[in-house]
Amino acid sequence: MAEMTLVEAIRRAMDEEMARDERVFIVGEDVGKRGGVFRATLGLYEKYGPERVVDSPLAEASIVGVGIGAALYGLRPICEIQFADFIFPAFNQIVSEAARMCYRSNGEWTVPLVIRAPYGGGIGGGLYHSQSVEAFFAHVPGLKVVIPSNPYDAKGLLKAAVRDPDPVLFLEPKKGYRLLRGEVPEEDYVVPIGPAHISRPGRDISLFTYGMMHYYALQAAEMVAAEGIEVEVVDLRTLAPVDRTTILESVRRTGKALIVHEDNLTGGYGAEVAATIAEGAFEFLDAPVRRLCGPDVPGVPFSHPLQDWFMPNAQKIADALRALAAY
Amino acid sequence: MHLSEPKQVEMFWMMLLARRLDERAWVLHRQGKIAFHISGIGQEAAQVGAAFALRRGEDWVVPYYRDLALMLCLGYTPREFMLSLMGKREDPSSGGRQMPSHWSLRRVNVVSHSAPVATQTPHAVGVALAIKLRREDKVVLTTIGEGATSQGEWYEAVNWAAVHRLPVVFMVENNGYAISEPVEKQMAVEGAAARACGLGLEGVAVDGTDALAVYAAVARSVEKARSGEGPTLIEARMYRLTPHSSDDDDRTYRTREEVEAAKRRDPLLRMRQHLEAQGWLTPEGLERMEAEAKALVEDAVDYATRAPYPAPEEAAYPVFSAEVRRG
Ligand SMILES: Cc1ncc(C[n+]2csc(CCOP(=O)(O)OP(=O)(O)O)c2C)c(N)n1
Repeated sequence: MAEMTLVEAIRRAMDEEMARDERVFIVGEDVGKRGGVFRATLGLYEKYGPERVVDSPLAEASIVGVGIGAALYGLRPICEIQFADFIFPAFNQIVSEAARMCYRSNGEWTVPLVIRAPYGGGIGGGLYHSQSVEAFFAHVPGLKVVIPSNPYDAKGLLKAAVRDPDPVLFLEPKKGYRLLRGEVPEEDYVVPIGPAHISRPGRDISLFTYGMMHYYALQAAEMVAAEGIEVEVVDLRTLAPVDRTTILESVRRTGKALIVHEDNLTGGYGAEVAATIAEGAFEFLDAPVRRLCGPDVPGVPFSHPLQDWFMPNAQKIADALRALAAY
Repeated sequence: MHLSEPKQVEMFWMMLLARRLDERAWVLHRQGKIAFHISGIGQEAAQVGAAFALRRGEDWVVPYYRDLALMLCLGYTPREFMLSLMGKREDPSSGGRQMPSHWSLRRVNVVSHSAPVATQTPHAVGVALAIKLRREDKVVLTTIGEGATSQGEWYEAVNWAAVHRLPVVFMVENNGYAISEPVEKQMAVEGAAARACGLGLEGVAVDGTDALAVYAAVARSVEKARSGEGPTLIEARMYRLTPHSSDDDDRTYRTREEVEAAKRRDPLLRMRQHLEAQGWLTPEGLERMEAEAKALVEDAVDYATRAPYPAPEEAAYPVFSAEVRRG
């Protein structure tokens, strides 16, 4: 095992999958010589050549749309969207095309496609380099939405995504690309798409989160543990299809639930988790379900004090946990 | 690019069969027996001309909704068309999930397309990219209406194909209207072929009521694509002889005189007169063809009428590949 960063684990996953299966190829902006603006594809152009690491025109709808066509032909494209903020030109291709192909053709055509996109704020990126886009896509039947929170899961989940017969949107917490480090096995393994992971057991409060916020959730859980509050941290990992069983079992044990994401509150993914709990674990609740999310403003602002106001962090999460514990 | 007598007669036969099926669909709609029809009347020559320029069943086709004649040339059957019109379970395009004329026919490499216009064009380019990557000598034909060439996705896709010199032929079926909007409201250039100018590929305008002229243009482009010389944009000019769809009333935006004048340039009539002038079609021959078409159409209507609808619960799948059921 080697310790590596999140972005290294992602690169390793792609490298191994490309070596394993010659149908796998990468397409996106600056993925070639530049190795991607975040260096996720570094060295792959040199190793696999321009036909398997394709520098695309600056046009997201066609990055996904062309990927769909190649997938229909039998290849296994990994499409890189440079920032999740720029995925919207491809919304039509993802939602109307990739996600519906299997259903609308009654299974004649399927789309084994991975779309990778760095998401999230706290990196001084302002409105258009900070967005969380998961809620738009987790709503869409036919699409799988995966968000890793650590290097081990990132490698295993991305490999699972490449091997998946259906379209997978793989959102990468870009703030964590170099911040999140961990042990990653050299050998081949997959982390299955679907199951959530209890990353810290606890009996007082269930904390549901994913991606970058998982990092702060663990910190917050540690902070309040010193005060005698035992938090169970559940890393959802896959937002679609969601692991309702793990969510409900956890709440049935703890009786309290806090949901944390940096995407803004209204219509956010947390609403789905809250509804799941209300429907499936109502009698077990000792307190209202709480959400700690980004505020309902149109984006993460640039200037530091404004950005800090927007972003959830360990302190804010710890405060929410204390309030819920005291309920 | 000479086509033998039997080939030309076969082309006429395909046009005739498409026309009679299409007319029967209008009748079924007027009788309240089907809910929707979108017609290809007036566009058969271009579609048949293009189809005959392909290695049918081997080359790939990414069509649009008016392509009934094209589909018949590829092996789509009258029964299959009627099944789709009636939303029956056995409809091979979608098992009753999609509206009629939203084709998909995997057995002959016809990719499923949707309703949002121009979404299919990037798929065609992706298929072509895959063909090139695999060093195969197949080509892709994709069709579209001229109105839809105003879409960004169309530009993105054509541009990409030109940059990568991909084996794809873009055929625009310019029927003069996008619902009510005439060509002048779609483009400041004279026709869709001129759009090729800024994209760096050859643009060719051809009389779309002349099956042989379209055949020649497409055959040349297909040959070019197959030999690695990249894509071509072909604009086939014709006239939409019917309202946009069964939900449209074209009297609100065009005169009867205009439509009547266009009917005198009906491509079916033109092909017939050409064959008659060559001495390749006799009145008896035509009568036999009409009788055969009628028999096929009525058989298809009977067959589809008797065929079962899908069971309601079939609407639940297949959202993902694992849910695909055969039979
Ligand atoms: C993105 C999108 N916008 C609007 C529509 C509604 N619509 C369906 S067909 C059509 C006109 C298409 O015209 P054209 O591309 O010229 O093809 P034609 O129908 O004339 O063959 C419109 C506006 C649609 N299907 N997709």
